[in-house]
Formats: sequence, C-alpha cells, structure tokens
Amino acid sequence: MKSLEELKKLRDESKKNMEMRDTDKKTRIVVGMATCGISAGARPVLQALVEEVDKKNLSDVQIVQTGCIGICRYEPIVEVYRPGEEKTTYIFVDSRKARIIIDEHIIKGEVVSEYTIGSEEKR
Amino acid sequence: MAIYRSHVLVCGGTGCASSNSAKIKERFEEKIKEMDLHKEVQVISTGCFGLCEEGPIVVVYPEGAFYNKMTLEKVDKIVDEHIYKGRIVKDYIYEESLDEDLIKSLSEVGFYKKQKRVALRNCGIINPEDIKEYIAKDGYMALGKALTQMTSEEVIDTVKESGLRGRGGGGFPTGVKWGFAAPNKSDQKYIICNADEGDPGAFMDRSILEGDPHAVLEAMAIGGYAIGATKGYVYVRAEYPIAVKRLEIAIEQAKKEGLLGKDIFGSGFDFDVEVRLGAGAFVCGEETALIASIEGKRGMSRNKPPFPAQAGLWGKPTIINNVETLSNVPQIINNGSKWFREFGTEKSPGTKVFALGGKINNTGLVEIPMGTPLKEVIYDIGGGCPDGKEFKAVQTGGPSGGCITKEDIDTPIDFDSLVELGSMMGSGGMIVMDEDNCMVDVARFFLDFTVDESCGKCSPCREGTKRMLEILNRIVEGKGTLEDLDNLEILGENIKNTSLCGLGQTAPNPVLSTLKYFREEYEAHVLHKKCPAGVCQALLNYKITENCRGCTRCVKVCPVNAIEGKVKEIHEIDQAVCIKCGACMEACPFDAIIRK
Repeated sequence: MKSLEELKKLRDESKKNMEMRDTDKKTRIVVGMATCGISAGARPVLQALVEEVDKKNLSDVQIVQTGCIGICRYEPIVEVYRPGEEKTTYIFVDSRKARIIIDEHIIKGEVVSEYTIGSEEKR
Repeated sequence: MAIYRSHVLVCGGTGCASSNSAKIKERFEEKIKEMDLHKEVQVISTGCFGLCEEGPIVVVYPEGAFYNKMTLEKVDKIVDEHIYKGRIVKDYIYEESLDEDLIKSLSEVGFYKKQKRVALRNCGIINPEDIKEYIAKDGYMALGKALTQMTSEEVIDTVKESGLRGRGGGGFPTGVKWGFAAPNKSDQKYIICNADEGDPGAFMDRSILEGDPHAVLEAMAIGGYAIGATKGYVYVRAEYPIAVKRLEIAIEQAKKEGLLGKDIFGSGFDFDVEVRLGAGAFVCGEETALIASIEGKRGMSRNKPPFPAQAGLWGKPTIINNVETLSNVPQIINNGSKWFREFGTEKSPGTKVFALGGKINNTGLVEIPMGTPLKEVIYDIGGGCPDGKEFKAVQTGGPSGGCITKEDIDTPIDFDSLVELGSMMGSGGMIVMDEDNCMVDVARFFLDFTVDESCGKCSPCREGTKRMLEILNRIVEGKGTLEDLDNLEILGENIKNTSLCGLGQTAPNPVLSTLKYFREEYEAHVLHKKCPAGVCQALLNYKITENCRGCTRCVKVCPVNAIEGKVKEIHEIDQAVCIKCGACMEACPFDAIIRK
C-alpha cells in the first residue's frame, strides 16, 4: 500500500460485495420465487437484477426473494417498493425487462407502465 | 469479483464453534452446491454476534434473517425454502426478531436495542479472514490518515482528547500512557497488545480478535507510529486457537497488502507484528509479568518503577494496551475525539464490552455506552434471571472485582462508580447471581482461583490468599467462628496494601465485598451453621416431607443406605449416615425430598 488513494480505491471495490449486509436500504425489489415463479423463469430474472444493480453501482437498492405472491399466472413477478411511491408490480418479467426496469424505474424514476400488472388488466 | 445475491453468515466464534457451527457451515456449502446455487450464494464464517445463548447463529442476507439455535437438520430446509424459494423459515427464526411475521432489523431487537457497537462494530458483520471486508468497512483508513496527514504528537493528542481509558481493567488514560513512551529516546521501542484475557467468564477480547483482528493490528501500527515503535507483539493465550489462527491470517494478509511491513503508505514508517503465545497463567495479564513471559522467562511481576514505558521489553520503552482498548483507536482517529465523547460519561467516554454470564437469560457479549445503568444491562439486554428467580447480585471484574447488589442496581456503569461500590470494571466480566447462589461459596470460588494463579513471588499474595482460603473453607464446612470474619477483613486489607502487583492487590476484593454486602450470609454459616442459599454441602440436610408416597426409589439410589421406610409409608433419612450427595432428591418422582 503506497498511498491513501490506493487504499480508498480498494475500499470502494470491496464495498460492493458488502452492501448486501446493510438492511436499511430505501428501495426494495422483491422477486416472487415460489415454485410457480421459479418454473416461469424467476431465477435468471433475480440474477439479472443483482448483476444490473451491481453494474450500475446502486448501493441503496435491496433485492430480496419472496414466496408465492398469489397470482401465479402472471409469474415471474417483480415488485418495486420506493419511498413516497406506491408499490409497483411488474409481471411476466424476463432478464431483458429486468434490466429495463432498473434503468427506467430505479435510476430514472419512471415506472415502465407497459410491464405492470395494471396495463395487463386493462387489456 | 463474483456477485452474489445472498450471503449466509455463520458464526465462527468460539461459543458457536463449540456447538458445531463449523459443520453447519460445511452443510450449507454442500447443500448450496447440490442445488447449484453456489455461484449465487456465498457462505461466510464470521465473528461473534454476541447472543451466545442462542447459538449457533446464522444470518441470511439480504433479508437479515436471524436463525438461532441452528442444527445440522435445519440447514436443508433453510436452503430449500429461504435461499431457493425466498420463503423465510419462520419456525427457525429468533423469536424476538419477528414482528408479526415481519423481520425486524437487528438493531430493533431487545438484546441489541440498547447496545452501541464501537469495539464490536465489525463482529458478526465481516469475514475476519478476508482483509478486503475489513477495508470495505473503512479499515486501515485511520492508519493511512495518521501516517500521511498527522504527526505522531497529533495522534497522541487525539487519543488523549478522546478520553479513552484502558479497557483491560485499570482504566488508565491511553493517550497519557502513549505520551510517556513517546519522548523516551531508544534505538528500539515496542508496542504490545495484551490479549491474555484471564478472568473466568470473560471473553470480550477473544471475540474481538476472532471477529475483527485487523482492527487490533491497525491500532497497534497507529500506536507504534505515535510512540516511535516499529515492532509489535500480540500476547495471546494458546487456549484461544481460533483467535490465534485468525490473527495469523490477518497479519499475513496485511503484510501482503503492504499495510504492515516496510514504508507503509510511502511514509517511511516500518511496522511489524508477531504473535506470542501464552500458556494461560492469570498473572501474565499483568504488564511486567507479561513482558517477562515474552522474554522467555517465568511469568512473574516485578516492582514498578521503572514503568514499561521507560524500560519494558528487553529493557526498551514499551507500551502495553488491551485488545478492546486498541480496537477503539482506529475509529477515534477516523471520526475524531469529539465523536468518541458522544458516548459514555465525562470521565469514562465511549463504550464498554461486557461478557454476561451466570444466571442470566441472554448469556453473551454486549457493548453499551459507559454510564448505562446496571439495571438496563441485567433486565433489558440480559433478559433477567432464568426461571423467574430473583436477582441477587452481579460480580464485576472477575477475581479482582466485587459484587454489586440489587440495592445499587440503578448505578450507572463506569470506571469510577464501580470502584466506589468496592468493585471494579476489570476487563468486563459480569457474572449474574440469583437467590440460589451462596455468596460465601462465590467468594471462595474466586479466591480458590487466585490462590492457584498467584505467581508466588511476594508473601502477602502467596501466603495471605492461601490463609484466607483456608478460613473460607472452614466457614463453608460449618467450622467457622465470628473471629474468622474479622480475620478475613484484616488479612484482606493487609494483602491489598502490601502485595507486589495487581493480582494480589485485588485478590481479596471478592471476599471483602461479599463480607460488606452479605455479612448476614457469612453469619448464618458461622453462627447457625446454615447455608441460606442451599449450596454449601456440609451445611445441608436432606429431609423427606409428607409428600412421600413410599415408592422406595430413594432407598435404591442411596449409595450409603441411609434411607429407611416401608413400601407406601413415609421414609426417613438417617442424618448421621447421609453423605449429602443429593441422589435421592434427584430420583424422587414426587418432589418429596427437600434440602435445608
């Protein structure tokens, strides 16, 4: 270690992997991972979300799994909780959509209406 | 670096390790591999979570689900349900951390709520065998700051201003101590970390070394820079194999990263640390005896002065700091002395770690701001005495301390208030006693320990404590007199005033303090030949009450045939023959045998 800057760099790199252990995060992304969710393809969705959050350095986002949400025909389901916003429920999510949700909703703050349960039920 | 979506933290502290946590970790790894989840889920062995009573403990992130009393059998279900399907296994979760099916943040749980973790901040949170996790938590930033932005005087001044006092027992201001060694000119100076934690029931230092070894190494390097020492020793007892192993891993990793060794941070400062194993003699926790032990001599204390800061290890200026004291230092450098003073009291700033043990529900490790009333520690954090028994006293400071009774339970805990009560902070052991503990027996237990551990160099300690123990043995056997009580006091005061080192100077404390607060218990032993708590075997009589149904089971287990009686009639014990082994009481299915 030759300088404080070098240490800071190493710290910031190492921090990423540790951030998961902070449970007081503001944004929560919940993935339905019961049998119904997994068989509909929730695993790659979860992995895509985790990767994307890491890639974009979103330190204030917690990604958790949950059991059956109760509307199995819409799986894979992803729910987004943000402070001051109502819960958003995305349905039929795949890894491509997951990345879009991160970009549009989590980073820019714009709900991706076409993937939400609301838009499906209007049809 | 691989990205994981979940971390499984398994406690690898000595407490949980002794109840099989290593196997539990292995099973997690196996099962996760079987389910092909090993690229998504990382299993980590960590340091002590503090709630040892509920161990082995496993915490699963990102949810922060706190699984207590883990067994091998529970592992598969947690992986199947929680890790694979996201359904937290509520039956296995620590009950206190569930709030109507929702997981509370750990800081909201009763045991942790009133705690403030400074020295233990990384324990149970990081992987102590991975320097990167320590660095992620701002590790070695304080060393970097000290070496590149501060003079050694500024480092000493910051520690002085923080008011940090030695956590090993004495409570001497750390900054002042460093200030003694700094101006002494010498070709070589040393800094020693005293990890010879000897008090029965104390495991604060062990847990810090096991859970956050780098914090101690970083602090030693900072201390070395402050006083001009380039070499450090950690004196740790060989009975702490996990702590030793993690320290050695930590030293190796720090050297590899250039955080120990030559020219650290390009500042020209060199610092190297070595581990020295102690054989577990209590006296080696005393500075001068510890130095003798490192030098390869028999662990015996010597007269001071010269103080180690003038002539210590191999005659060179040496500073000795306790593990917990050191683990506060990096954060004081990082956050400043004012930050440290936000916790605790004016004269005892900061926090203190206590090892709660004895008759208490939540046995474990707690860190509280100084000045917290004893009552909060016993009831709010510790959960009170088990089985609804009544709290009687708490012994602080181990064999050097004394007891605090329920009359003084509102006392704020700090260095000075405990001394006023005739006890002392000591290293932070807290042994809780309830109505079933005999205070004479407790005093005898501690004195028995110091008699064993006395190094034998000075007569007051070697001979005096032995005589005190003989008197106590007489009392518990029902052969004591009132004069014995006075003699205990006279002898005790003499030993305190004339012993060479801290061991002897404090050894009579448990006796003197119980004599002060529980004299009536001593008198009951001496005058009435009774042990009110029902502990001292020789003073007890077993009696069969009218609840006896005459089942004859006691007759069969009595090893000396002291019980007589016909079937279906009340039995009787022949007191002259009875050896008071208690076998009959254990065997009786009707609770008809009492001990009085």
